[in-house]
Amino acid sequence: MANGEFKKGLEGLDQGPGPSEAQAPEAPPQAGDLPPHPTVDALREHFGAGVLRHEVVAGDEHIVYIPPERNLEVLGWLKDACRYDFLQDLTAIDYGGGRAIQVVYQLWSIPTKLNLRVKCELPLEALEIDSTYFLWRAADWMEREVYDMFGVVFRGHPDLRRILMPYNYAEGHPLRKDFPLRGRFSRAEQTRRALSMKTEDHYSPQELEIAHVLGQPLPDVIVEGGPGVPNQGTMPGIGIGAG
Amino acid sequence: MALRRVVYNVTRSPELASGGSLVHAPIVPVQGEAREVHEDVAGEHMLINIGPQHPATHGVLRLVLELDGETVVRCIPHIGYLHSSFEKLGEYRDWNQIVPLTDRMDYLAPLIYNCAYAMAVEKMMGIQVTERCKVVRVMCMELDRIFSHLLWLGTTAIDLGAFTVFLYTFQQRELIYDLHESLTGARITTSSTRIGGMMADLPAGWVEQLSKWMDGFLPVLDEVETLLTNNAIWVGRTQGVGVISAEDAVNFGLSGPNLRASGVDYDVRKDRPYYDYDQYDFVVPVGEHGDIYDRYMCRMEEMRQSIRILRQAIERLPGGPINIDDPRVILPTKTAAMNDMESMIHHFKVVMEGVRAPVGESWFSVESSKGELGMYVVSDGGAKPVRWRVRGPSFINIAALPHMIEGALLSDVIAVNASLDIVLGEIDR
Repeated sequence: MANGEFKKGLEGLDQGPGPSEAQAPEAPPQAGDLPPHPTVDALREHFGAGVLRHEVVAGDEHIVYIPPERNLEVLGWLKDACRYDFLQDLTAIDYGGGRAIQVVYQLWSIPTKLNLRVKCELPLEALEIDSTYFLWRAADWMEREVYDMFGVVFRGHPDLRRILMPYNYAEGHPLRKDFPLRGRFSRAEQTRRALSMKTEDHYSPQELEIAHVLGQPLPDVIVEGGPGVPNQGTMPGIGIGAG
Repeated sequence: MALRRVVYNVTRSPELASGGSLVHAPIVPVQGEAREVHEDVAGEHMLINIGPQHPATHGVLRLVLELDGETVVRCIPHIGYLHSSFEKLGEYRDWNQIVPLTDRMDYLAPLIYNCAYAMAVEKMMGIQVTERCKVVRVMCMELDRIFSHLLWLGTTAIDLGAFTVFLYTFQQRELIYDLHESLTGARITTSSTRIGGMMADLPAGWVEQLSKWMDGFLPVLDEVETLLTNNAIWVGRTQGVGVISAEDAVNFGLSGPNLRASGVDYDVRKDRPYYDYDQYDFVVPVGEHGDIYDRYMCRMEEMRQSIRILRQAIERLPGGPINIDDPRVILPTKTAAMNDMESMIHHFKVVMEGVRAPVGESWFSVESSKGELGMYVVSDGGAKPVRWRVRGPSFINIAALPHMIEGALLSDVIAVNASLDIVLGEIDR
């Protein structure tokens, strides 16, 4: 993009967009040059080297980078001591090109009316971070989404499974930069997999487990009936809607 | 296998006369015959499935419920049936081409999504839109707040058995569709904003059309309120149902009327005012019980407040251009592009290369009809975003559904789900 070549809207359909060409900011502005943010000052005082960087973007948005292994400690302190009680957003950014994936926490404090963005950088070979589920329940689905879309594992999340993609989706994590727009499998393979789904594939293992605990028989018969044969009689109650 | 004796009391069934007409039968309980059923049937939990194709789930939401009799023991929501990977698609489109993706997320309030997206990109690029554009966008957003609340009102009432309200609200929505159509040319997928302004200025007579609609709308809203607010069935089905406390609501990240019904006074328009919302005279209704009835009352009052804001916006609508004067983002006029070589090249380059944003990022949120709508845009200096993320209010609100309905009755599941005002296009993205 930097060399000015034209790119059409759907270029890279099958290759993926390739790495982004942004340079990392060369010299981040020093804290003294930036407009003050009371929480960032308090964070520096309390954690010292735990605050890796402090940036200001778009005029008034403060970003604090913290080490991923201390995220629970810092975020818990922010929630309790600085009263950031509202988790506005939790997401991730993949810049591509083998660079670290950033996990982004966007915080808002209803009592003090302050915003703060906290980022943790996770190298691609260690995509694991502690879950903030027990700080903010709002993190529940957002962490599941980040896991689904980026493959970041949140340690301690009680129910970490795919949320937007089917639970048995085998093509990887769609929002990663190396994921092509049409998926990793060919159209033929995708069709073949869709057609060979069994009835039980429409239910998550969790539901099948509950059905088992409740004594409702698992759809074993399907194996005999061949692939794709809807069998609605074996699981009373949840047998509808399949197929 | 243990057997339990159960005695069924059966009433006498109506009899038919020889001509086929119904003979009045007195309802007299008679002692039925005793039957024996298996002991383990009594008290057994049952797994049932609601959706994804069910009108009361307001889209393709699927709920798996574990029931003990009629009481919900566990609820597992499943989403993703409408997943269109808008965020991934956005990485292949330039900044202006993303606008049509935004209104397909929340097709119940498309203009709010158009505006929120454009505002986030403009904030990242450091663009200040013109005064006229600000007021026009405020009008768009308040109009669509009413538009979305009307759909909520109609469908929630119909879920609880009040059909008439649906007809009233959809009649009004048709009139707003007409306003959309004359403003943008489309009734649902409006795609009305551009980076740095709007697709077009207000058409002649639009403001008059809007005022005329507002004059007719308020009496209808009052009439709808007489149908519901003191209606015994409505009150019985909504008061004390789906209650969430203020602490839980904040912890679950609820926003919009769902949060304010629990008594938390958080409205982005008041707490982080954008587009001079601090200069408009309006109040934010706050509930206290956190149940469906309070959510209903909050939304009814919000519609009235939106009308107040709309009237003030019409009052202060300034003249002048709607788009900023910045050749980086705004196209030359069609006349210039057709007559003048420089303008034509300029037009070609803006369209083909797209608008370029500097390196940076911005997380910006507005108060949409359903809650806090956040748009997170990250740029690497190119014509396309590195990441475009939508903090959808419905996505976060629906995540609190199991918390609200576990322990409630099956019939309340539909009511609570309706009261959250979800739109699956935005949940699934």
